[in-house]
Amino acid sequence: MNHLPLIIKREYLTKVKNKSFIIMTILSPIIMIALIAVVAYLSNLNNEKVRTISVLDEYGLEGVFVSTEKTKYDVLEGVTLDIAKELVGETSNYGLLHIENFTNLDFISNHIKFYSEESPSLSLISDLERKLEKEFTNLKMQEAEIDISKIEASKVYINIGQENFTGEESSKIDSIIKLIFGCAAGYLLFMFIIIYGNMIMRSVIEEKTSRIIEVIISSVKPVQLMLGKIIGTSLAGITQFVIWVVFGGILMTIVSLVLGISLMDSSIPQQELLEMASESQGVEFYFESFKNALSNMPLMNLIVAFIFFFIGGYLLYSSLYAAIGAAVDNETDTQQFMLPILMPLILAVYIGIFTVIEDPHGTVSTVFSYIPLTSPVVMLMRIPFGVPIWQQLISLLILVGTFMFTVWFAAKIYRVGILMYGKKPSYKELIKWIKY
Amino acid sequence: MSNLLEVHGVSKNFGDFKALNNVSIQVPKGSIFGLLGPNGAGKTTLIRVINQITMPDSGTVFLDGNSLNASHIKDIGYLPEERGLYKSMKVGEQALYLAQLKGLSKAEAKQRLKYWFDRLEIGDWWNKKIQELSKGMAQKIQFVVTVLHNPKLLIFDEPFSGFDPINANLIKDEILRLREDGATVIFSTHRMESVEELCDDIALIHKSNKILEGKLIDIKRQYKTNTFEVGLEAENKTALKESINGKFSVSEANFKSLNNDLKLNIKLAENETAQDLISFLNQHAYINHFVEVIPSANDIFIQTVQNN
Repeated sequence: MNHLPLIIKREYLTKVKNKSFIIMTILSPIIMIALIAVVAYLSNLNNEKVRTISVLDEYGLEGVFVSTEKTKYDVLEGVTLDIAKELVGETSNYGLLHIENFTNLDFISNHIKFYSEESPSLSLISDLERKLEKEFTNLKMQEAEIDISKIEASKVYINIGQENFTGEESSKIDSIIKLIFGCAAGYLLFMFIIIYGNMIMRSVIEEKTSRIIEVIISSVKPVQLMLGKIIGTSLAGITQFVIWVVFGGILMTIVSLVLGISLMDSSIPQQELLEMASESQGVEFYFESFKNALSNMPLMNLIVAFIFFFIGGYLLYSSLYAAIGAAVDNETDTQQFMLPILMPLILAVYIGIFTVIEDPHGTVSTVFSYIPLTSPVVMLMRIPFGVPIWQQLISLLILVGTFMFTVWFAAKIYRVGILMYGKKPSYKELIKWIKY
Repeated sequence: MSNLLEVHGVSKNFGDFKALNNVSIQVPKGSIFGLLGPNGAGKTTLIRVINQITMPDSGTVFLDGNSLNASHIKDIGYLPEERGLYKSMKVGEQALYLAQLKGLSKAEAKQRLKYWFDRLEIGDWWNKKIQELSKGMAQKIQFVVTVLHNPKLLIFDEPFSGFDPINANLIKDEILRLREDGATVIFSTHRMESVEELCDDIALIHKSNKILEGKLIDIKRQYKTNTFEVGLEAENKTALKESINGKFSVSEANFKSLNNDLKLNIKLAENETAQDLISFLNQHAYINHFVEVIPSANDIFIQTVQNN
């Protein structure tokens, strides 16, 4: 008799109907979005603040203190420093920049000072420093009778074009985007395993502590029950994930429309990476590269591989979680068995992040994309950089083989463990159970 | 009468521990079969073998003439000693689920559940969660789930634990009624008074071995010691006792009586009969009480276990 669909249905429905599950499903995106909105709002608030800076320029720089949207310059003339300080104190101006007048440019540039009530913002100071550095460099060049226009004209910007032997072009942005896709896929799998693997474990423990297990397995085979649990819980997990994405997306749109802030700008850190990469290059170039990078990526391969490695990796780990759940009596006893599961998982993420960035096809990343406990995460991170299909297939084959082994192994432990009460098993005992 | 269940030479080891050593039992069709033994003797392992939860290392089990296989799951109803239900699931949903696992269709399960719930007057529990019910209430539901699919073989492990006397009686009557309807019952318990009351056949398992099996009545015959409990009225009790002691082996007896009698247990030799004893006693005293000492299941249990 095949009861698998029935078990899956029950597991799914109990999970989905569970109050804390429903609350988590609805509340998580709300909290996330609220958090992002608050952060975005606050940083916007900070950015929009207009600062007025008084300038007492005894030397008389030209065209440096031009007011912008966020920073206004109030140039004082014909006053001494003491009076200027007093003046600034009376107004609510942010601070006073003082440039003295000497004949030696080096001396002047070494004696520029900024007076303010509170310690000034770091970014403002470095902004001013950059401005003044540029100006005084120019002045010194003029003094040395160097033609600035010639220097400007002889500046060269280099952007090394990348192309592989089959003729696909790529760029730095390309690599960054690939990295983002890879990391997102790997990280997603990592999170999914931890959240829903735990859920499976808890549901196995629940069956044990409520002592219903013996009734159930007098009707169904333990392996069936275990698979039913894994599949049912995964489906519930996917449901929750999809709701999170859709609901979160809708919320995000609403919030950004209502508050009029672009949440994307502040919430996605890759923006900064992209900006770093495209620094000194135009916005058009950046969009062009982005489009180019997307089309360069093996998207089909990525999607297919994502599905297979995701399922394979998830099932591999969740069968281990189920085995742990079967081996112990309550959740506090799970700690000693959690470490060996979490270690390879965390290792995979770190290897993925550190070695794949450095060298996606190096020995370390290649080897770890074959080792089954790390391969799902590491391989998913490598694939955007183009991994030969045969490598992917071998890795997948090893993964499936290991998965079958762990399911067999977990089923053995499960079968014996679910009927064991009262004692906390050691690893030695677990090995013995396999022979029962 | 044929046997519904036959266990032939089943052994099971857990590592170095021998849980069952070449155990064979025969459970006649339509009987109530008591599976007895001290704690840790191997009863639960044997029951799990019959339920196909544990695979035996060697030996075979036949149910209704066929070697045990997956299709037999629906023929067995099992109420384990360690029993429970999903705490956060509603009674009705849960019962339906468990019934479907035993192979009933949803509609049929629903119909039968309704019948049983009405019968045990628990119909209004359908939408309650198990955690809202008392232990006894949950036990009733477990009982219903066990018998719902009309199994040929019912296995109850300590079925009365957790029930108050009224409900225990109710369940006992239900078990007897199920037997009348043709079910065979295996009954594992430590409560010897319910064994006396219910069981036709028993098997005693001790330290992984079966050490006794048969009809309860035959076993009692086998274990009786030809001893009689007598209450005698006489003027000189000491003299009377001594004269009996000269002829039979005598020990003090303790039973309730309305008279101030001399109470004795008199054990006869193999060639002596009750008639011999009565005619002897009649010559010396007035017999108020005369009854053969029949060993109780409890006595048999203790005696056999201690002798092994």
